This record gives sequence, structure tokens and C-alpha cells, in this order.
Amino acid sequence: MSFARRAWIVLWKDLLTERRSKESLNALFFFALLLLFLFEFALGPDRERLTAALPGLLWLGFILAGLLGLGRTFLVERENDCWEGLLLTPGDKGAIYLGKLAVNFLLMAAVAIVLLGLFGIFYNVDLWASLAPLSVVIFLGTVGLAAVGTLFGAMTSQVRARELLFPLLLLPVQVPVLLGTVKATEAVLQGLALAEVAHWLKLLAAADLVYLVVGILTFEFVLEA
Amino acid sequence: MTRWLGWLAALGLLAGLAMGFGYAPKDAVQGNVQRIMYVHVPSILTAYAAFGLVLVASLGYLFTRRAGWDRLAHAAGEIGVVFTGLTLVSGSIWGKPTWGTWWTWDARLTSTAILFLVYVGYLLLRGMVEDLERGARYAAVVGILGAVNIPIVHFSVLWWRTLHQPPTILTPEKAPISSAIALALMVNWIAFTLLFAYFLGKRLALRRLEEEIRA
Repeated sequence: MSFARRAWIVLWKDLLTERRSKESLNALFFFALLLLFLFEFALGPDRERLTAALPGLLWLGFILAGLLGLGRTFLVERENDCWEGLLLTPGDKGAIYLGKLAVNFLLMAAVAIVLLGLFGIFYNVDLWASLAPLSVVIFLGTVGLAAVGTLFGAMTSQVRARELLFPLLLLPVQVPVLLGTVKATEAVLQGLALAEVAHWLKLLAAADLVYLVVGILTFEFVLEA
Repeated sequence: MTRWLGWLAALGLLAGLAMGFGYAPKDAVQGNVQRIMYVHVPSILTAYAAFGLVLVASLGYLFTRRAGWDRLAHAAGEIGVVFTGLTLVSGSIWGKPTWGTWWTWDARLTSTAILFLVYVGYLLLRGMVEDLERGARYAAVVGILGAVNIPIVHFSVLWWRTLHQPPTILTPEKAPISSAIALALMVNWIAFTLLFAYFLGKRLALRRLEEEIRA
């Protein structure tokens, strides 16, 4: 079986599980809605303040949702000896990483879309105008978050204090992604062209690439018994 | 061996103190406050060396699976965190009279703080995984990712904002400081490196004892 085919099977399996249980998605959508209310209560109804803080809030909410969602994909594998099944899969374990990464990417992309929609409605911001450049930023940011989140999620799923450890490992590493996406989102929402923030996009792309390569190469050491 | 390193480090630190306070001239602009640099700069250089060692030892462990590499990575990671902490604290003490504030979100302060947080997470991971071999594998992966992330963090924070003066020693051009100050700095750097080696030897021995108790 080819590398891509094995990655696809992992992705398909997890999508099917998610479609039938709807465990993660429903909870994450609800969590996004809750965050929105919390942000509003914390900052007050002042429109100016909210709009100024919007890019930061958006990505903060996104990363918080990621903390809840990303660690989960490997928890399901702990039941019914699925972990051993993954271990016994012949061939490069990087394919399993890529498959899981794709699931996490889709999950987080769905959360991003919902979060954006909710922001648009509740905070009354016009996002349509900047949707195309915004989706580029969201794509790059989601890959970075999912790449590290998948690797660390696999690790922490085997640790007793996983809810504690996962954010402690993930958050400091994600600082460049947060900075880059917030700055780029800020510019895009002000109506600037993507070329104005090309250096941030390049940085995000470089970060994505580095995380992906490290993830693919080191995943076999994480997956071991 | 370790004991001798300890004495050498102590001697070096004494010499460094003498150089920093006696030999090096008072800074024309900042006055005596500037002398904290003799702790600040060697600390961060030592921390960089320690985190570099974590990367090398992590790679070594994943390739060979020898426990020795893992012990080395663990010891170097702990010492690196200590020296990064020392850098942040000494910088803060210097910043209060010079910049008028304990902390600003300047690029190099921020990236050093992030470096600190990444490796504190690394140590927490080591503490939280019960199985020694599994902990070693996970820590090695985090050690590698943490190290390759450093340049990305560096540029992201640099573009975010900057206020810190440009680096003084590790630049291709000739150092823009007087030779007496540079010499005092070098002596302190050597002393800190000796201290690092001493800590490393002590921590490795301690780690071996810990494993004996566990076994």
C-alpha cells in the first residue's frame, strides 16, 4: 500500500468515527460560542475595543478550541487496543501522522469557519470583503497548529496528566504561529493586500514546513508502545 | 574529575568577579549598573550551549537509544533552564534603572522568555511520564522540535517589535566595546562554561543514582 493510501485510510477511519459519534465537532462548536460570550463579557460592549481586539480574540479562541480538540484524536486509539493496531501497521509511520494531521486540520478548519461566522454575526463585522485573503491566513495557521498539536497529542495521550501537559507543551511552541496569524489577520481586516504581510505568510509557511518535517520524521518514536 | 571542575569554576568565577568589578572600567553612560552584563551575557551564552547540547543529545538518543544520551539531554535541559532564568532575572534588574521598567515586550526579551517556557515544558514532560524509556523518547522529540523552533520564534518576535540593543559579542564585525570590557566578559564566559560543565557532571551522577533507586 502506498504512503498516501495509508494516510487516507487513517483519515477516512477518523472521519467516519466522527460522523457517527459527532463527539468532537458538536462540543467544539458549542465551545466556540461560549468563548464568544466570554470575550464579550470580558471586554464590554464597546464596539471600538472589540474590533481592535478582534484578530487576537479570533486566534486565541481558535487555539483554545485546538487545546480541547487536538488532543482527542489519539484518545480514541487507546480503547480496544487500537494503539497496537496502529503500531502493527506495516510501512512508514509518517503516513499515520499525516492521516491524523489531516483529520485535525479538517476539524480545526471547521471550528475556524464557525468561529468566523459567529464573530461576524455577534460582533457585527463584515468579513465577506476579506474572506479570500483571510482563508489563506487561516489555512497556514491551521496547518501549523495541527502539525504540532497532532505530534504532541499523540504523546500526551499516553501520559496520566494529559490535560495539563498538552497545553504546557503546545502553547509556547505555537507563539510564532499566533504572532504571525494575528498580525496577518489584523492587516487583512484593515483591507490591506496580502502582499503587505508577505513576510508573515512566509514565516508561517516556513514554520508549517518545519513542524511537518519534524512531525513526519519523529512520529515513529512517539507511536512506539 | 567533577570536583576539579567545581574548583576550577569557582576560581574562574572569582577571577570573573574581580575582572568585572576591578579591571573593567565603569561604563561612561550607564555607570556601575552596566556591570551586571558580566552575569547576564555569559548566562545566556551558556544557556544557548546547553540547549544546543539538548538537541545533539536528543538526536543521539533517537538514533542510538543509549540511555547516556538521554541523561545528557535531561541534565543539559535543566541547567539551560536555570541559566535562562538567570538571564531573565539579571536582565530585569538591569532594565529597571536603565530602561525604567522591569519588563518590556521587546523582541529579545520576549523570545528569551519563550525559550524559557518551551524548556520548562520540556522538563515538566520529563517529570510527568512515569516510564523512563517512554519519557526519554518523548523528551527527545520535544527537545528537537524546541530547538528547530528557536529561529522561527526569533524572527516572529523580531518582526513583532524590537528595543533591545544589538548583540555585542556574537557578531561578524569587531565588537563595539572596549577591550578591557571584552576581556572581562570573556573571563566570565569561560567561568560560566566551567560552571556549566561542573553542573552537568553533578546532574549526570545524580540522574544515575535516581535510576538506581527506581530500578
